[in-house]
Amino acid sequence: MRSSSVLALAGVTALSASLLAACGGGDEKGGGDAIKVTASDGACEVAKTEIPAGKITFKVFNKGSQANEFEILRPDGKIIAERENIGPGTTINFVVNLAAGDYKALCSAGQTGKGPSKDIKVTGAGGAAGSADPRLAKASADYRTFVLAQVDDTIAKTQKFADAVKAGDVEKAKALYAPSRMGWETIEPVAEKFGDIDPKVDAREADLKPAEKANWSGWHLLEKALWKDGSVKGKERYADRLMADLKNLRGQMGTLNLDPVNDMAHGAKELLDEVATGKVTGEEEAFSHTDLWDFKGNVDGAKKVYDLLRPVVQEKDAQLAKDLDDNFTAVENLLAKYAKGDGYVSYDKVGESDRKSLADAVNALGEPLSKLAGAVAK
Amino acid sequence: MAGDGERAARMDARMSRRRMLGFGGASLVVGAAAGAGIDRVVAKSGGDGGGSDVTSPIPFHGAHQAGIATPVQDRLHFAAFDVVTGDRAKLVRMLKDWTAAAAAMTAGKPVGAGAVGGPEVSPPDDTGEALGLPPSRLTLTVGFGPTLFEKDGKDRFGLKAKRPAALVDLPHFPGDNLDPARSDGDIVVQACADDPQVAVHAIRNLARIGFGVVSVRWSQLGFGKTSSTTPDAQTPRNMFGFKDGTRNVAGTETDALDKHIWAGRPDGAEWMAGGSYLVARRIRMHIETWDRTSLGEQEDVFGRDKNVGAPIGQRREHDAVDLAKLKPTAHVRLAHPDSNGGTRILRRGYSFTDGSDGLGRLDAGLFFIAFQRDPRTGFIRVQNNLATDAMNEYVQHVGSGVYACPPGVQEGGYWGETLFT
Repeated sequence: MRSSSVLALAGVTALSASLLAACGGGDEKGGGDAIKVTASDGACEVAKTEIPAGKITFKVFNKGSQANEFEILRPDGKIIAERENIGPGTTINFVVNLAAGDYKALCSAGQTGKGPSKDIKVTGAGGAAGSADPRLAKASADYRTFVLAQVDDTIAKTQKFADAVKAGDVEKAKALYAPSRMGWETIEPVAEKFGDIDPKVDAREADLKPAEKANWSGWHLLEKALWKDGSVKGKERYADRLMADLKNLRGQMGTLNLDPVNDMAHGAKELLDEVATGKVTGEEEAFSHTDLWDFKGNVDGAKKVYDLLRPVVQEKDAQLAKDLDDNFTAVENLLAKYAKGDGYVSYDKVGESDRKSLADAVNALGEPLSKLAGAVAK
Repeated sequence: MAGDGERAARMDARMSRRRMLGFGGASLVVGAAAGAGIDRVVAKSGGDGGGSDVTSPIPFHGAHQAGIATPVQDRLHFAAFDVVTGDRAKLVRMLKDWTAAAAAMTAGKPVGAGAVGGPEVSPPDDTGEALGLPPSRLTLTVGFGPTLFEKDGKDRFGLKAKRPAALVDLPHFPGDNLDPARSDGDIVVQACADDPQVAVHAIRNLARIGFGVVSVRWSQLGFGKTSSTTPDAQTPRNMFGFKDGTRNVAGTETDALDKHIWAGRPDGAEWMAGGSYLVARRIRMHIETWDRTSLGEQEDVFGRDKNVGAPIGQRREHDAVDLAKLKPTAHVRLAHPDSNGGTRILRRGYSFTDGSDGLGRLDAGLFFIAFQRDPRTGFIRVQNNLATDAMNEYVQHVGSGVYACPPGVQEGGYWGETLFT
């Protein structure tokens, strides 16, 4: 029996509605006020284009054959909010808080950021672009500043790394490799929003399809050359390409608008997921074993998000704030045990029981962190 | 994170999985039983002693924890946890959260605010894989290991003085080859259910709730019960193909339970009154050599006929054992209460098969579980008596643990309340 029919039988719809009332946001299944959007490969139909200001739910159905992306933009093209990965045949509810003004609703089949759009007019009092809470608006703006600074940092350090690669200086390149990635690892979920860049700069060989191997590029290609082959001869062009891709990313980030729930809180959770599945296992840096550097970058990125959202979390769920405070401290203290020089010990020197302790600490932090988005959206 | 009050309120608002099934529920239950095999239905049609049937949930609250004297379910997921915090208040908070989750899951309800219908931006409280399944007689039984009271000479939670005298460290028994990674643990949870997915769901959700306070040290799945606490039901066979544990303590034998299984107030640790001591042993069976053993020798090793399970020299399974007719090294003879000063233990073990080892041998055997009033006069006494057991040639004990299972939880109480207050 499908869960949806199970629910229908017992009338759980009422229960979910009351839960929603308590939480004040999110998924409003079957809500009468939701505005139907039908996205297809060539069209974007919006059932209602004059909408009262405030919290608005778009019920987006993708009847096309490609994954779709739904965006709300200002007339000048700046993205207010977006929802990615709407699979063919699926329906999602997308909640956005809009003040009076003119907007565009855009459907992008294939998730290129381009596609058909409809003009919508929001009227009346209430609502705010992005966020009703001025603290969240500030957190969002501060996070944007942080993200851009981290990308600038990774570009500057990767330039030095790329120079060493091009000079054929293996030892110097090895020393500069892990530091060049720290900024990237700190803001990785944001970088992943620019879908085509991430696989170009950060793909691991083991994750590629056979057909993709010929086009493999990025940090991990150079990592393998440096540590496995001991030579970067003939790899100079990959150093140039890495720089070009990162600069391309930075160029695209000019209109970046980061949502406190979807980009910040969910992004922080994704950073911890990265640690739990890639770093704790030692899979990320299979040749250089510099996993703990990435680990630190991921945790720092999540911590930054939490620090910016903390005043709101403290007010809405004080116990969650305490759990996050305690567990960030625990992870940071544990990680500090492996500090060596300007960085960290090689992960192949970290034994099984130490890895278990790291995994325990990451799980202990990841669980409350997964509740951050819900607390912020309350 | 919800506070205790909020959790309780949510629980009231929530519907049980059974009620969610609505009119389709009855047919689903039948389907589940049929899917699991006819033997299971036959085994239960004989009645379950305690008055429950296979479709009713086993009550969570009561004088004793469920999962000891209650009817034995078909599947097991047993998990041992290490406490990773030194903060006693956090540990107590988790035990309260665990208790609320356990009470919900054993009643067939999801954890917390449920698996579906919550805010889209948050992960659901319940992981969801038991949605739509009946309670499956799920029982969750908690136990505390010696290391919770004292570890490496440290009184970690101010509990050292409360360690019961009966909670001894098990001695080394002849033939033991124990793997520390499959032994001990500060806290254990025994999850038994008729549906393996329900048992695994329970352990998974408790582990999730416990992150930051406890970490799973080891866990064991058991796929088939090897004992029964309901004498009318068929005695299940173990991986050797024999009926063992025929004369188990039954859930209806209240006098025997009080005398041999439940800890009493005068035993020394008052907080354990109504509780019991659990001994777990992962017993690897040398399946391949056993299978090459002649029928005659197999029956001599057990002291039972392989067909109906009758003791040597008798006709029916439940006929009284005449010890003198069994070989001096027969398993039944050495394990029998009459060979052990009349002591009885309640066995609740499960067969396991964890795939195969690197030598192509089945990694299978018995995950032995026994409850008793005092391990010193219970398991330890019997196990020492088994030193000359002919079966030892075919088994090896590779994992071990002993735990104090506190008394049952009253409404509004929590697991271990008598220990922590």
